Amino acid sequence: MDLYAVAQVIWWVLLGVLLMGLAVMVGMDMGVGVILRYVGRTDLERRVALNIIGPHWDGNQVWFILGGGAIFAAFPLIYATAFSGFYVVMLLLLWTMILRPLGFEYRSLIARAAWREVWDWTLFVSGAVPMIVFGAAFGNLFRGVPFHFEWNMTSFYTGSFLGLLNPFAIVTGVLSLALATMMGSLTVMNGAEGAMYQRARGLAQVAAAVAIALFAICGFWVRAIPGYRLTGGPGSGVPQTPLQQSVVTAPGAWLTHFEAHPILWIVPLAGFAGMLGAWLASRAGRSHLGWWLGALAWIGVIGTAGAALFPFMLPSSTDPSMSLTLWNSSSSEMTLLWMAGFTAVFVPLILWYTGWAFWVMRGKVSAEKIARGDEHAY
Amino acid sequence: MIDGTVVDLSRIQFAATALYHFLFVPLTLGLSFLLAAMETVYVTTGKRIYKQMAQFWGGLFMINFALGVATGLTMEFQFGTNWSFYSSFVGDIFGAPLAIEGLMAFFMESTFVGLMVFGWERLSKGQHLAVTWLVALGSNLSALWILVANGFMQDPVGAAFDPITMRMQLTSFPKLIFSPDVQSKFVHTSIAGYVTAAIFVAGVSAFYMLRRRHMPLAKRSFRMAALFGVLATMGVITLGDALGFVAARVQPTKLAAMEGLWKAEAAPMPFNLIAFPDQARQENRGVVQLPDLLSLLVTHSLNRTVPAIDALERQAKQRIENGIPAVQALQALSRDPKDAAALAQFDAHRSDLGYGFLVQRYAPDLSKVTPAQVSEAARDSIPPVAAVFWSFRLMVGFGLLMLVFFVLAALYTLRNSAQEKKWLLTAAVWMIPVPFLANEFGWLVAELGRQPWTVFGVLPTWMSASTHTVTYMAFSLIGFVALYSVFIVIEIYLLVRAIRLGPTEHGDSGDEPPQPRPAPAGRPSAAHVTEPEG
Ligand code: HDD
Ligand code: HEM
Ligand code: HEM
Repeated sequence: MDLYAVAQVIWWVLLGVLLMGLAVMVGMDMGVGVILRYVGRTDLERRVALNIIGPHWDGNQVWFILGGGAIFAAFPLIYATAFSGFYVVMLLLLWTMILRPLGFEYRSLIARAAWREVWDWTLFVSGAVPMIVFGAAFGNLFRGVPFHFEWNMTSFYTGSFLGLLNPFAIVTGVLSLALATMMGSLTVMNGAEGAMYQRARGLAQVAAAVAIALFAICGFWVRAIPGYRLTGGPGSGVPQTPLQQSVVTAPGAWLTHFEAHPILWIVPLAGFAGMLGAWLASRAGRSHLGWWLGALAWIGVIGTAGAALFPFMLPSSTDPSMSLTLWNSSSSEMTLLWMAGFTAVFVPLILWYTGWAFWVMRGKVSAEKIARGDEHAY
Repeated sequence: MIDGTVVDLSRIQFAATALYHFLFVPLTLGLSFLLAAMETVYVTTGKRIYKQMAQFWGGLFMINFALGVATGLTMEFQFGTNWSFYSSFVGDIFGAPLAIEGLMAFFMESTFVGLMVFGWERLSKGQHLAVTWLVALGSNLSALWILVANGFMQDPVGAAFDPITMRMQLTSFPKLIFSPDVQSKFVHTSIAGYVTAAIFVAGVSAFYMLRRRHMPLAKRSFRMAALFGVLATMGVITLGDALGFVAARVQPTKLAAMEGLWKAEAAPMPFNLIAFPDQARQENRGVVQLPDLLSLLVTHSLNRTVPAIDALERQAKQRIENGIPAVQALQALSRDPKDAAALAQFDAHRSDLGYGFLVQRYAPDLSKVTPAQVSEAARDSIPPVAAVFWSFRLMVGFGLLMLVFFVLAALYTLRNSAQEKKWLLTAAVWMIPVPFLANEFGWLVAELGRQPWTVFGVLPTWMSASTHTVTYMAFSLIGFVALYSVFIVIEIYLLVRAIRLGPTEHGDSGDEPPQPRPAPAGRPSAAHVTEPEG
């Protein structure tokens, strides 16, 4: 393989890592938003839940922003085609997501019950909708998306908004919501005590069980879905446009990689193991361990999707030969290498200071301190 | 082809959301810096009042910051959702600074802002100070990288079009980030943020001084803001001059529009102080001129000139003629990437590819292009003169106004008599909206002046947008306007409320004796009597 192809694969992997970081870090905060009204029955309890993630949600959210930026830089054609094609869904995602910073920062500035009630529901919506959309987007990658290109790479999306809400996508959407709920519950367990802890503990187990069931359903369902197979084209490491390849579809084709390399089954197994482990750990009251196992579950689920779809990134159902793969939608070699350099320097740095921030704020959140208004709390 | 209405709606939506984002950004940029400065004084002198200042202004900072983050989120994805052709065409170059902004700046700023707010009790003094400085550094780095991206749109250096992949590709990363446009833009914009924060702090402090509330905090904050403001305003004006100088070289059409320069004039050229440009007839009405000044300002000499619109339009016509074969060659290459004749034709005309696209708006089939269509496209190459002309004058006017204000404020605060000068304090309160307006008009100059291009000279705006329907665009535009209108009402309500409540509500950490709550605004309260003096 030449350098360009290596750079393309590196960026495909890095993008996967970013999506995993997004799912774990943003997913847990959104999960807390979703369960806020359930684990927190009184205003004080809700403030405890919010203050558990209070110091971190903004930093965590940057995984989402960076996910967008990295797709733009490394796979501009995906960024352009997917986000314009999924227009209404993207708006739903963005409009709900931008309510979250306000919910965190503004909710507790005013003591009136109605004000706080409104923001609590806002945090619920801005946690649930983005996670469903995130999962449903993956589901739609398996089904293929109706788009095609003109001679100069102007993309046209010919589907409808409702077409994106097909049954398979709904299942993957709910799977994503279940994993977020599980992680949110484990996070609340990490930072809360007493009744809140117990409610979160129960919820973590339910969410883990639901996730296991849905992930298994997806596994069986995907056999029936027409998968895509690259049959010809310029191949890896060659500058090209999506107009020069040929692709066929066949039921079950998404499993070809697993059939050819059985070792890959480790990836979905890791997903199941993570979910099961998170279930058992939350039951045993080992919430920190459970959180890390929950992260493993996300890695397994997203890794499974990547392993099945490779080399496809955005299959076209209108004209399969115009499907976007990592070979035909990536940036130039120079951009990929510069970006890889920046990533190599900054991602370790980010992990280091994020770890430090969590370490500084470690421990249980004290309800008494919040009630006294001691800490600069939400 | 993309529907013209869709392009217009996309432009309105982008402009609305970007201008809205930029209501919050300058205050974040400048106030984070001032917070760090206040805390530095606290840590080095040990005076608790400076901690109280850092915490009070920090509370206001966070209310503003939340909306900066919220509106920034939509920006990050709008290039893909609404400018999809643009995104695939220049993503190779443009995406990189955007991603680096996340890696280098947003992560730092957003991680440490959490510690800045929640960490007062958990971090040592020195650690907390470092965290605050990292927030300031992060916000300024974010400005740097976003302006690298924007600078590329204004002056596309370090990249070349590749006829095989049908898009622009990076040729030199250092050229991209060290472009003179980017450098002067970055300094001008971040200092504009400092000006904004200085006016904000001075105005709110003056509000307290007028009511004799929180005097120790207000006096100190006012002084810091005034001194900081004098320097920052002088900096913004100096760098603004540099930007004009750069524009003269890389974007002559923008400069001609800024100055309302329709016909060539002999050196030294006069400066149009007031004029009412008429785009259709290509002339100014109601002109008031200052002799010689234009040559002096934009060429820094008395014997040089800059090209006027009539000459620029003639030049555009030639470039359009030359660009047509480039686009035709590209169409052939799209069918067969190995077509050597097409490649040779492309190479011969590649420098004017963008101008070929410009006329394709009127002649989708370029083999049938008429001279009338070429003239029409050449006319398009001139940005909307009146809007650019007046936005520029408003920005500069506001800048000079703020300079006068800061000089007076600094003078009186150094004599320790600012708190007695009611007119000065009243003026300070009224100045609060001015830097925000100056910022918005500055962006109107920059972005309207770039028209009709999204990437200057390379990619016309008309083909950059996504292929949505009018219905979709109407839906999203209405949604954004509705949502953002609610947001701004909430934010202003919370800011005004926090300002009225004053420092004690948002202020201290409880390890000091509790202070009496201030009386409702408008009445002098007992608070200033009991507040610790330094
Ligand atoms: C407090 C805000 C503020 C103030 C007082 C000024 N500016 Fe400004 N200006 C901006 C805030 C700003 C800005 C919002 O930050 C812009 C928009 C794009 C940019 O880079 O900075 C800008 C853009 C901008 C541009 C266009 C840059 C481009 O085309 O890319 C020019 C030529 C100037 N400025 C020149 C000036 C001059 C000569 C000033 C003298 C008083 C001045 N500005 C004051
Ligand atoms: C990296 C930073 C920015 C980029 C890449 C960018 C890009 C764009 C794009 C793609 C458009 C639409 C096409 C067009 O009409 O030209 C646009 C228009 C516009 N942008 Fe920016 N923009 C940036 C920053 C800003 C900011 C911060 C503001 C204002 C606060 C702003 C103000 C505008 C305005 C007013 C328009 C409308 C121009 C028109 O209607 O013709 N831009 N910009
Ligand atoms: C039009 C292009 C722009 C895009 C895509 C964009 C993107 C973003 C995003 C995603 C955020 C949220 C960051 C977070 O969650 O921490 C943000 C906030 C911010 N942006 Fe923008 N922005 C644009 C224009 C600008 C400009 C022109 C500047 C500065 C000159 C700027 C400076 C900032 C700052 C200082 C914040 C404060 C919040 C933060 O960084 O966390 N942005 N922007």
